Order: sequence, then structure tokens, then C-alpha cells
Amino acid sequence: MMIQQQVVDAEYMLLQAEREKTFITGSEAVAEAVKRANVDMAVAYPITPQSESMHLIGELYAKGYLKDYYRGENEFAVMASIHGASLGGGRVFTATSGPGTLRAMEMFPVWAGSRQPIVCAFMCRGVSLPPSIQPENIEMSMLLDTGMLMFHAETAQDFFDMILKAYVIAEQPEVHLPVGVFADGFLVTHTRDQVKLPPENLKLPAYDPGCAPVPVFDMETPPMRITRDPLLNKSNFISYAANASWHQEILAAADRARKHIDRYLGGLLEVVNPNAKIFIVASGTAVSQSREALRHLEKEGIEAGLIKIKSIRPFPESELVKATANADLIVVPEFNAGGWLAREIKAVLDHNSRVVSGPRVFGGMTLPPELIAKEIKQRLYGGVNHVE
Amino acid sequence: MSNKIITPVEEFADLLPDEYKELINKGPFFKTKGIEDLGTFKEIIDEHPHCAGCGVALGVRLTAAALPSPEDTLIIGTPGCSFFGLSQAALNYSTTAFGNQNAVASGLKRMLTIRYPEQNKDVVVLVGDGGIADIGLDLTLHSWFRREKITTIMVDNEVYGNTGGQESGMSTQGKVLNMAPKGKLFPKLPVFDMAKISGCAYAVRVTVASPQKVGRAVRKAILIAREIGPTYVQIYTPCPTNLKFPPNQTVKIAKEAEKDYYAYEEFITAEAQDYLDKNNLK
Repeated sequence: MMIQQQVVDAEYMLLQAEREKTFITGSEAVAEAVKRANVDMAVAYPITPQSESMHLIGELYAKGYLKDYYRGENEFAVMASIHGASLGGGRVFTATSGPGTLRAMEMFPVWAGSRQPIVCAFMCRGVSLPPSIQPENIEMSMLLDTGMLMFHAETAQDFFDMILKAYVIAEQPEVHLPVGVFADGFLVTHTRDQVKLPPENLKLPAYDPGCAPVPVFDMETPPMRITRDPLLNKSNFISYAANASWHQEILAAADRARKHIDRYLGGLLEVVNPNAKIFIVASGTAVSQSREALRHLEKEGIEAGLIKIKSIRPFPESELVKATANADLIVVPEFNAGGWLAREIKAVLDHNSRVVSGPRVFGGMTLPPELIAKEIKQRLYGGVNHVE
Repeated sequence: MSNKIITPVEEFADLLPDEYKELINKGPFFKTKGIEDLGTFKEIIDEHPHCAGCGVALGVRLTAAALPSPEDTLIIGTPGCSFFGLSQAALNYSTTAFGNQNAVASGLKRMLTIRYPEQNKDVVVLVGDGGIADIGLDLTLHSWFRREKITTIMVDNEVYGNTGGQESGMSTQGKVLNMAPKGKLFPKLPVFDMAKISGCAYAVRVTVASPQKVGRAVRKAILIAREIGPTYVQIYTPCPTNLKFPPNQTVKIAKEAEKDYYAYEEFITAEAQDYLDKNNLK
């Protein structure tokens, strides 16, 4: 028994429909996005802190919002099954966290290489050892070059919007790539927040496999003699060239996604106080902590700005160069030990000695706004020995 | 699919390569063809780059000829020797990461059931012993436990062929192979027996030395998977290159194995037999 929902176009659903205020968790926001996304099938596997969202999607299936749903045997199998379902020409959803992401790793470049518009949510957490289920987004650094598009949500509202919008961006014929939507586990998934939602009796139009730039795998779409996906590993130049050009096309498709990200997400990044000389650049929940740090600094008479990076892949290179053109100091707080966002930023900016890689927290620690403010004050007033 | 999809419009018919025209006019689509008709119709795989005497190539050819509805068959593979002939098959074939085939097939079958509820779309896994019994064993078994309506066919050459002759779980005990320099220390994995207790409605153990039996097994396995549940066919496909015997001895080796540890065996549940009988399927 399928639920009756009214199909509306993406523009109306994403940008125009009147929204109602709710007070829900990030996990619930994921389910609310899937509810409106006209998803055909989802596959689940438990891992903290992802599980709750996939329970809720199971309930959506039981109510008739999805046509199929099951619990797979491990994350590699789940991502493989989702790949098979996507090959078959329908819209799919799944989610995972931390160690699950790593367990499934081999399938992510497959999705991109096969040009599947799969949307997968990642509720980021620590990876072993030592084990940690706490918020930490080191797994994002391991996915940077898989070919997937990557959006990083700051809040439950972002998580809802980015998942729903990810389908529309992923399925553009000129893009047709998988999208990972990332949120810092617990901080977003397990806290309640105000989330504005379009009406639940609306849904996106169904995925149209006829618009895919690759033939659908259903023995209904010519040519029949089609191998998805080709074995391009023969030892000859034509094979190398074909393989290389396919990879270049994946990168080009991600580049072509930029205008759609601009349109639907309102840009790859957002800038607060664009005339500042000091900037905090962050993604995910580190952005919220940085907003608070700005207030601390303002009270002390220090003017600073904030750049929120929403799209990690494609990365907003030119936007970032422009936004920081007059900056003297750029501080990059992160929820991971590696400092991958700072590396990304240093790689695109001139005079990258302006970039301070930190403060960073991990292993379950929180990121106090004072810590971010202190990092800035140390650079302004006293070097590393500055004490308040 | 409808035959309209593959039939060219008259104006363009001349432009198509002879091979394509032959496939339309003399191919197996929309006609009942089987092993016994080999040589009288255009096969969906009619050339391959496998080694001389390759048992896998023969197993794949026999399987392809026995498909009950090639026009609605989708084959999921995995990296390895089984890929080479199949990648030129005149049907939809996909292979991605090693060992993921039964999970990919599960997702695909479910999505095709959503999109084409009124049609039989036969999803067939056709891969080697390494893919099914070693790296993909958990995904194979779980697809059976879940009762996915797919057919799993193992072309068992008892070795990792494509990577250069390493021991596989399906190698026989004592066999000296790469990565088993003192000989394999444990017996051949009992995947056929596992199929019987893991949810398969039908399972057959057979060798390429008995092509008629291979044909019947593949056909029944696919028909039963449409309605009843998962099915498994394990075909012995000896590898002259890595098991080191002359390429003209492949069928002889398989025949000898039939008298020994690879005896023909068919397992069928009462429900599957009932389904075949009621629908007069053979």
C-alpha cells in the first residue's frame, strides 16, 4: 500500500513551498528528507550513531513511502546492494558511520565510476583504534578522492535540505554522480533543533532513468550488448587512455555540479562579515562553534569573519580565494586529528602561512568556542605563550 | 524487453554490422534455444580471449546457451577469468568490486521487481570459485538466507586463474599452487552442501563434461528463482593453464572428476518440484 503524495517539481519543493517549523532530531530530519524524496528503495545496516535514522526509514517503508527496504549483512554488502538497485534504474538511499564507511570503502569509487546518482548519509564518528563512537569527521578525509560529491551539514536543517537537494543535484544528466551528505554524529543526529519542513504530502518527481548519461541496466534500454562497467585494464595505450578519460569525465561532472550547488544550496560556501581581516573557516558543527566564538571575540573588540564551507567536493577554490583575499589570519577549527580541511584550504590559497591548522579536537572531545577564540588571540597578542 | 527494441527500422537495417543483424535474425532472443541447438543459432557470446582449453569459457558458453529468456536476463559478475567472455555478451553484464556480486544482484533484482512487476527479469550471478566461495562467501550465503530470487552459478576452476594460479578455497586438498607452496592444507569448501541448508530451493553440482545436464540445471535454476527462491549451480570447469594439464584434456579431466568427487547431484525442495510440475516446466 503506497502512501498518496502529490508530486511537485524540484524548484517548488526545495525553494518555494511554504515551510512549517518543527523541533526534531537530526536523525528525524534525515527521515523527513527521505519521506519527501520519492525514494524507491533503501538498505540499512546498524552502526552508531547512524542507526536511528535508518530505523525511521524502515518505518517509512512499513507505512508505504518506500517500495523496498531491508537490513543487509555488512556495510560493503549494503553499498553493493544499493549499487545494484541504482543500476536497475531507481532512486535509493542508505547511510553509515565511521567504521562502516571504511568497511564499505571499495564501493564508493565504484558508485562514482559507474555514474550512479546514489545519495548516502554519513553520520561521522571516530574510527578505531582506540574505539570511539563519538563525533569526529576523519572519515571525510578518506573519501575526498572517491569521485563522490560531498556536502557537510552544520545543523539538522542543513542535513534535511542537503539530502533532499542532493537528489536533485546528483540526478542532473550532466552530473549524475553519487553524493555523500555528512553530519557530525550525535551533535547533529541526537540533538533537537528547529527544522523548517515543506508539507509532508509533497514529494519530488520520480527518478527518470531515461535521462541518465549511461545506459540503464534493465534489458529494456538499447544497446543490449552493454557491459556495465567496462574492464579497462588491458596493457595497451588505448585501454589506458579510455580509463583516464573516464576518470577525467567524473571530475568534469563534479565541476559541472557547481552551478547546481549554487542554485540549490545557495553557494558552495557562505561568508559572515566579508570585510574582516581575520577569518574562521570551518565546516559541519565546527561552524556553529565558530559562530559562538565570533560573539566572544566581538565582546573583546576583535572583529572577525566566518566562512562556512558547505560543499567539500567540489571544493570552493575560487570562492575561498576571493573571500580571503584581504585576510591576514585564517583559523581552521576541526573535529578530527588529521586536519584535512586545513590542508584543503592551504592547498588553494596564496600565502598559506596565513592559515592556522587548528584548534582540533577528537576522541569525543567538544570544541569550546573559547578554544577557537584563544587560537586567534594567541596569534594577535602573544604567540603560543599568550595566557588570558 | 520487447523485440521492437532490438529490431532495426528498415531504413537503417543495412547500416548495422553483420554480427548485429545475425543476432537479430538468428539469435536466441524470443525463441526457445538450448544446448542441443548449439551450432544452429547465433550465440550471445561467440568469441572470447580465454586460454586454449579453458573450462570456464566452456562453462560460460553452456550457461549462456541455456538461459531460458536471454532477452530478459541480466548477469552480474565479478573480477576474474569469468569476466573475459561475458564482457562481450549480447546482454546486460556488470562487474564491479571483487566478491560483491550477490549483494549487487540482490539490489538489482529488487529494483527490477519494483520497476517491472509484471515481467520476469532473470538476475543471474555467474562468477568463479574465488568470488563465491572465498571473498564473497558471506554475501553469497546471506543472499540465500534472505531468499533473494536470484540464480548463483559458480564456474569452479579450483584456482585463482586470472591472478596467476593461487590456491582458492575450492582447490582440492594437497594441491600445490601459488600461495600453497606445501600443498593445500584443508579440504575443498562444501559450498554445494551449504546451498542446501542455506535457503536454496534448487542446487546442482555438475561438470562441463555433461553439457546436457549443465543446460537443464541452468534452465531449471533460473525458472525456479523466478517464483520460489534462490538457486545454485556449481559447474566444474578445469583450468589447463594453472592446474597444468594439456588444453585438449579439459573435458577428460572433468569426466574423471565426475566419477570421483564431482559426481552429479541435484537437490530440489518439494515446493520447487511442485512449481515445476504444476507449470509443466522441464
